[in-house]
Amino acid sequence: MLERVQTERTQSDRTMIDIRDVTRSYGSFKALDNASLAIREGEFFSLLGPSGCGKTTLLRMIAGFDTPTSGSIAVDGQPMDGIPANRRPTNMVFQSYAIFPHLNVEQNVAYGLKRLRLDAGEEKRRVEEALAQVSLTGLGKRRATELSGGQRQRVALARALVMRPKVLLLDEPLSALDKKLREQMQVELRRLQQAVGITFVLVTHDQYEALAMSDRIAVMFGGRIAQVASPKEIYQRPVNRQVADFLGGMNFVKAEIVEENGASLVLDTLGFGRVRADKPKAFVRNGGAATLGIRPERLRVLWDNASAKFEVAGKVVERHYFGEITHLIVEIPGLEKPLSVTETNDFGADDIPVGAPIRLAYDPEALVAMAD
Amino acid sequence: MTVAAEGSPPLRMAGSRRSPLLQSEAVQGFALISPTFVYALILLVLPILVVIAHSFWTQHYLTIDHTFTLENYRIALTEPIYRDLLWRSLYISLTVSLLTVLLAYPMAYFISFHGGRHKSLWLFLITIPFWTSYLLRVMSWKVILGYNGVLNSGLMGLGIIGEPSDALLYNSTAVIITLTHAWATFAILPIFVSLEKVDRTLVEAATDLGDGPLRSFLRVTLPLSAPGVISAALIVMIPTVGDYVTPKLVGGKDGVMIANAIQAQFGKAANWPLGAALSVTTMVIVSLMAGATVLSIRALQGLAR
Repeated sequence: MLERVQTERTQSDRTMIDIRDVTRSYGSFKALDNASLAIREGEFFSLLGPSGCGKTTLLRMIAGFDTPTSGSIAVDGQPMDGIPANRRPTNMVFQSYAIFPHLNVEQNVAYGLKRLRLDAGEEKRRVEEALAQVSLTGLGKRRATELSGGQRQRVALARALVMRPKVLLLDEPLSALDKKLREQMQVELRRLQQAVGITFVLVTHDQYEALAMSDRIAVMFGGRIAQVASPKEIYQRPVNRQVADFLGGMNFVKAEIVEENGASLVLDTLGFGRVRADKPKAFVRNGGAATLGIRPERLRVLWDNASAKFEVAGKVVERHYFGEITHLIVEIPGLEKPLSVTETNDFGADDIPVGAPIRLAYDPEALVAMAD
Repeated sequence: MTVAAEGSPPLRMAGSRRSPLLQSEAVQGFALISPTFVYALILLVLPILVVIAHSFWTQHYLTIDHTFTLENYRIALTEPIYRDLLWRSLYISLTVSLLTVLLAYPMAYFISFHGGRHKSLWLFLITIPFWTSYLLRVMSWKVILGYNGVLNSGLMGLGIIGEPSDALLYNSTAVIITLTHAWATFAILPIFVSLEKVDRTLVEAATDLGDGPLRSFLRVTLPLSAPGVISAALIVMIPTVGDYVTPKLVGGKDGVMIANAIQAQFGKAANWPLGAALSVTTMVIVSLMAGATVLSIRALQGLAR
């Protein structure tokens, strides 16, 4: 809740980056295909997708390292066509961090300030401030070669932030760190973004990273933007199977459309019977077939004689133990693929024997209708 | 050869009782380098020691007096003729290495940054002049720079000069021109290699932080390629100080260098000890100059901020 209050404080409805019909072709290959996107001022925005989906290409075009084959990009209302990278109000944190090896930490951070010809005191103050922002105070004289991966990442961040850009671009900044450090940096990056209020655009292929840090996410596949929404909406209401599959686990059930109206769909399925589900915003009907989805954690095990208004019955065929949770594979008569179920171990889900009959409860709200 | 075989891991000669000494990594390492080491010892270190020893002796016609003396060094350092020759040699080699590096850098830069798929083709093309003998290349410079040479007739044809100039050949300028051309490839290669190692993202990062192409070159690419510049400068400087063939062929009277004087002492003048003292002096001074060059390039690199 606290986060939401802060979000409202730093975020406005003003568009900071306006991407219009941008296409980037390499010969006949389209790295980016007619992408349009409006990123708001003060927003933490993520471009999420598998490798080769065009997310890095898009980021590099915002930075000015690549030019659109067609379409236009504007930053803060200013068209960026023909403006070279060194004169754009954007700064970038590179995937490899690109720390200048011949300079020390301080000199790295002050690199971009030199051109501004500030007086020595002001320059020093800004460098100190940037180093403090990334918790590197006191390491200014360290040589670039003597830094750990996490420290290099912080230097790269400080070097970009010290320029006070309108937009900070981050190209998979956490991918080179180990898991623990990565999770810690996710929290820190988010906190930093809230503190400085600069628009952050993050490129990542890690869905959890995107979900944890972003105000909004654009999911991309094959050079196209599939969905732009808040993390919660992306996760709960994926626009199609591809998006649903890319973000976490999802059970897919074949469905027939019985009825379609403004906001909802009535679907016939084999395992779940006739259900009503919300219609996704960008639903495009493809004949009578559709897909019904439900997240594994939205299926709950019904113990003993407990009953629920909506339930399915089946048989446990596999059980996988993950410490705090157990992953069950449940075969439901009539379904072509067994369902995945994740259940917390508080009630003994890790003791359910393989082969046992099982009943699963679900909330019809958790059902997602997707175009096939 | 046998030494190398002993050093290689499957020790057949050691047979069943494997000596623990030969198992140690250090010993195996020494065994591996020993053929080269012995070679270097016999053909490099020993001759140098012989030269150094000679420099402290005295020549009496056909015999050599083995009493220790510094007389040869006094002559080498104070006789105006040798001092002038040494200065001229240092001046020529310094100028040649400076010019070579200045001319080689853009070529190496072009191949590394804009060579695209054809990098190896470009490098191959650069080595083509080296397919002919060095003498032939020096001779062709004679043809170009000579009184009735290509350059003179070209300039006359264009009406720039009225009569052939004899300022082109048989002086130190001719030596500098010839040596600069001869050593270009040896300078291009190390600079190319160090430019290849410059991470292109660093240049992008500099651009991202506001640098235009020239500034990012001066602040990132150039300082990071300094190791290549240093090796190029040394590779050219050290051998050119002692170059003998080029001044002999195109240097004329004004292009004579210290190596020609050394050769004369070992040859016609038959004063080996003096020749040896001149060699040692040159060697020491070249080492000092090389060290100074390395330090000054490093200092320049440190200026990049």
